[in-house]
Amino acid sequence: MWPYIARRLLQILPVLAIITFMVYALMLAIPGDPARALIGPGESLDEEQLAIIRKEHHLDEPVLVQYGIWLGNALQGDLGRSTQNQRPIAEELATRARVTLQFGIIAWILSAAIGVPAGIASAVYRGTAVDYVATVLSIGGVAIPNFWLGIMAILLFGVRLGWLPTQGYVDIFEDPAQGLRHMILPAFALGITSWALIMRQSRSAMLEVLAQDYVRTARAKGMREGTVIWVHALRNALLPVVTVFGLQTGRIFAGAVVIETLFGIPGMGNFMVQAIFARDFMAVQGAVLLMALAVLFANLITDIVYAWLDPRIKYDE
Amino acid sequence: MSSSVIEVTTPQPTPLGSHPVVEVLRKLFRIPPAVFGVVVITLTVFAALSAPWIVPIDPEEMDFDNLLSGISAEHWLGSDQMGRDTLARLIKGAQVALMVSLGAVGLGVLIGVPLGLVSVYFRGFVDDAIMRLMDSLAVFPSLLIAVGLAAAIGGSLTTVIVAIGLANVPWMARVIRSQGLMIRELDYVAAAEAGGMSHPRIIIKHILPNSVAPVIVQSTLSMGYAVLTEAALGFIGVGIQPPTPTWGNMLQQAFPMLDQQPLLSVVPGLAIFVLVLAFNFVGDAVRDVLDPRLKGVIH
Repeated sequence: MWPYIARRLLQILPVLAIITFMVYALMLAIPGDPARALIGPGESLDEEQLAIIRKEHHLDEPVLVQYGIWLGNALQGDLGRSTQNQRPIAEELATRARVTLQFGIIAWILSAAIGVPAGIASAVYRGTAVDYVATVLSIGGVAIPNFWLGIMAILLFGVRLGWLPTQGYVDIFEDPAQGLRHMILPAFALGITSWALIMRQSRSAMLEVLAQDYVRTARAKGMREGTVIWVHALRNALLPVVTVFGLQTGRIFAGAVVIETLFGIPGMGNFMVQAIFARDFMAVQGAVLLMALAVLFANLITDIVYAWLDPRIKYDE
Repeated sequence: MSSSVIEVTTPQPTPLGSHPVVEVLRKLFRIPPAVFGVVVITLTVFAALSAPWIVPIDPEEMDFDNLLSGISAEHWLGSDQMGRDTLARLIKGAQVALMVSLGAVGLGVLIGVPLGLVSVYFRGFVDDAIMRLMDSLAVFPSLLIAVGLAAAIGGSLTTVIVAIGLANVPWMARVIRSQGLMIRELDYVAAAEAGGMSHPRIIIKHILPNSVAPVIVQSTLSMGYAVLTEAALGFIGVGIQPPTPTWGNMLQQAFPMLDQQPLLSVVPGLAIFVLVLAFNFVGDAVRDVLDPRLKGVIH
């Protein structure tokens, strides 16, 4: 197990280098003078002041040196200052990440908590109404734009029925009841695609396991159907689900960018979109970097958990 | 079959006289959701291509007598807060949706497939280098690439296509690589090498045709995903900019009017939903027909 983890960690080093370079390289895509892009809109500087900006951001150095300096600063938690409020971007992101994580994790857990049992039930009661309804919902869930589902939910529960708040956010640790009320609709909209994918995967994995010889043997021995399904089949059926579950991190973060904008939630995604309109380039860069790293480490953890759960995987080949 | 001792694994044997493509289509049309998908996609393509003729109203024309109208004789699907016809804008938006999905998937295939083929053919260091690059790119969801690019160069049709296309690259490369790994080991590839055939020729003539099925499946499924991403970008305002109507920016402009005219928010969303559903249905069916083993491998 440990050699496997060590090897996976080693493999991740070049990937980390490439990812950080890609994020840095966004700066190179800015047309014209990047120094002008870094000062934000509305400010006009003369050549002399621009030269100072260039010096400050090392724009006069070769690209690889620029990247090295930027990476060095990023490693020390310095992502530059936001041109919107002059606060350090890293600090701003930390505050925002707390918000995104709160409702992202709720969406993530909801999607599995409903998706896995729905998939299992769908497989066990294959061909029945349960299977039919769950399958139709999951096909729809993959194709529906999550933010549109959010808009429709706002229309129904907010505008028409007035049951739930449709804008803003309350910290769940400060006021759990209000926090949850604010989070129901966004978490539901954010989790729908993940729910559908997890449900599909659980269903097909369970069907595959139920068709295997050892399940037939267990049934032939006269074992109760409940024991066959919950004890023998479920463990193996859940393995592929772990992978799908882990791969949802990227989807949740990308989805959060849109859902936070829709519901006015002050998270990382919302921050990122505001930064684009404020031409706050380094803030966008920092947010992209943080989200990409989060996805990378979530994938790593998924791989390790999978290896730990599946005894067939050889750790040290 | 009883007399043959060695079973040769070839793609589905086709009856004499029918082209494999015809055979695939024939099987495809026996799957009801696929028929639905093909019909929806064909109608959308038809509407997008013939937009100026079938909808005589200019999508940017403002009808100040009918602001936020519901379904009416003048405006079949209603009009927005500036009196613009929703149906005309919807069809103009279909053009954008199709251009983005074709462009993005095309870009993904054009870059990803050659990379995957080179990776599988040369193996070793080349394979490692390309695959680490693909692993890195795969960490970025298409929306994140698009947001980053929009911050650097601004949102436009090109930005959206490039962003979603780049996000497709690693998946195309991985899909063709995993299929090609098996083909690469077959004797006829070794025979071609021994016969002195050049590397590019072996890749194009022998490995590519036998590894292409999963790429077709992945492409169809990615089309629907591209439509979803374009809509999301349009909604947050970093995609294709108004006045060009896209389904995403139509939803953005409709949102403040939600309590006054919900129809404006319902129509574009339904259009996205139905088109994505159509691409997914066709993708799933193509997968089942071309290679049932791929079930569960490609999402």
